[in-house]
Amino acid sequence: MAIMQLSVFLENRLGRLNEVLTVLSNNNINIRALSLAEKSSYGMLRLIVSDTAGAVEVLKKENIAVNTASVIAAEVSDKPGGLLDIMKLLEDNGINVEYIYAFVEKSGDKAVVVFRVEDTQKAENIFRGKSIRLLEEKDVSSF
Amino acid sequence: MDYFNREMETASQSMLREVQLERLKKLVKYVSRKMPFYEKAFSEKKVDPEKFSSLDDLKYLPFTLKSTLRDNYPFALFAVPLEEVSELHASSGTTGKLTVVGYTKNDIKVWSEVMARALVCAGVTKGDIIQNAYGYGLFTGGLGVHYGALELGAAVIPISSGGTKRQLMLIEDFKSTVLTCTPSYALFMAEEARESGFNPSGTSLKVGIFGAEPWTEGMREQIEKEWNMKALDIYGLSEIIGPGVAMECEGKEGLHVFADHFLPEIIDPVTGEVLEEGKEGELVITTLTKEALPLLRYRTGDIVSLTSQPCRHCGRTMPRISKIKGRIDDMLIIRGVNIFPSQIETVLMSIPEVAPHYQIIVTREKHLDKLEVQVEVAEGILSDEIKKLEDLEEKVIREIESTLGISVKVKLVEPKSIERSMGKAKRVVDQRQI
Repeated sequence: MAIMQLSVFLENRLGRLNEVLTVLSNNNINIRALSLAEKSSYGMLRLIVSDTAGAVEVLKKENIAVNTASVIAAEVSDKPGGLLDIMKLLEDNGINVEYIYAFVEKSGDKAVVVFRVEDTQKAENIFRGKSIRLLEEKDVSSF
Repeated sequence: MDYFNREMETASQSMLREVQLERLKKLVKYVSRKMPFYEKAFSEKKVDPEKFSSLDDLKYLPFTLKSTLRDNYPFALFAVPLEEVSELHASSGTTGKLTVVGYTKNDIKVWSEVMARALVCAGVTKGDIIQNAYGYGLFTGGLGVHYGALELGAAVIPISSGGTKRQLMLIEDFKSTVLTCTPSYALFMAEEARESGFNPSGTSLKVGIFGAEPWTEGMREQIEKEWNMKALDIYGLSEIIGPGVAMECEGKEGLHVFADHFLPEIIDPVTGEVLEEGKEGELVITTLTKEALPLLRYRTGDIVSLTSQPCRHCGRTMPRISKIKGRIDDMLIIRGVNIFPSQIETVLMSIPEVAPHYQIIVTREKHLDKLEVQVEVAEGILSDEIKKLEDLEEKVIREIESTLGISVKVKLVEPKSIERSMGKAKRVVDQRQI
């Protein structure tokens, strides 16, 4: 099951990230996972939040350039080689990863890896075939 | 295809040059005798008006600037005594003082003739009803079209500008076939029409003659679609005569300059050198037949290119200028290269991933000019992949560089982050300390 990720285009200037975070905070939206890719004059903030639709609405209202993209959030074992196992699966099936970031779950021994791949559907099927748990929207909004 | 003056409008190159030279020789003598300003300029430039004998020597004659007209406010530049002047017009400059122009009876005759040519060039004939929504008054637009219509023998409605409801009523009731006004007013009228339940695409209008302000091909398409009529460009300026200096035919491949009356040149606006055909530069016009206020090499400030190829659509042989590409006042000189914001705008309009909101920042680092174009990424198609943004940045750079011929830096900025303005947008921020 793919989940929605927010991507926010940010100009590289002092305080811009804080402005975005302020909007989310004021609207009681919690950030589950985050990654920031940076270039010299701009950056791309990627977020998984507790309320995706709500976040899009409030960010747009503040003229913040936000888009959504579907990503796969897969559980991997929180131990050496955990990520490698799953990456090998993708490689063997010829699936190219655009970008990746990870976070550790609050309880338990699992980590969550967020993938953006060219063919989301195909990647999902492969993971499911190997009984790898994929996070769903409801997992994100509650955990 | 019809002409108002077939003999002149389809004259051979050699015949046109002959007429131009004859008139220019007379003009040079005339202005040196009647206008102290030129008499002085000739002696400074060591031009002997009696010996002037070739069109190629035009480049040795002095330029005339708008400021010359303003400095001689109101009548000091006139070549004839006031009792020979039959009409006065004036245009307001952005700096406040009026630019005054005068016409003798014969000047009005010339004006009527070139405007009649322009109307015929647009496909207007006797029997047409011209709704003339250019302003009547000190502005030359209204009366210029009016005189042309009288000369041609087409009916003219002198409605002047404004009063949109009445304009629409007359279009409907009088069944006007030709609309003359500024292109922005034509669009405004269409909008008003739709709002009041009037279908602008179902009128008897067949052609619009639009000018007095620069307009783009995009505006043309919109006007033609909204009104279901042809939209053609007319060029003129009061200093030269008013509307009727040049006119597009239905082929829409440049504006035919009535060059037996108005001799065009294209110059490099910085060096003043005459540019070869096809090159973009400042349009300079010498009035060949004016009596009250003849002008030598008047610098229009308008950026165009010029071709002397006969028109493949209408067969007119007179030189053609392109639509106005920009104004000298907007020009930037970057590392010696002339750049117009409109060139950058055209490039950005052709790339759907960016919005046509931009700002040009000019700086100077270590004696070298740097040009940065900040452009908003279009909201809907913003990618979350850095790679795609990089590709976009490169694409914008590549397209701008191939158009301008100089290197630029491009900065993608957030949608809606560039300040919007109600009037003229501030496109250029020049931070150079010169």
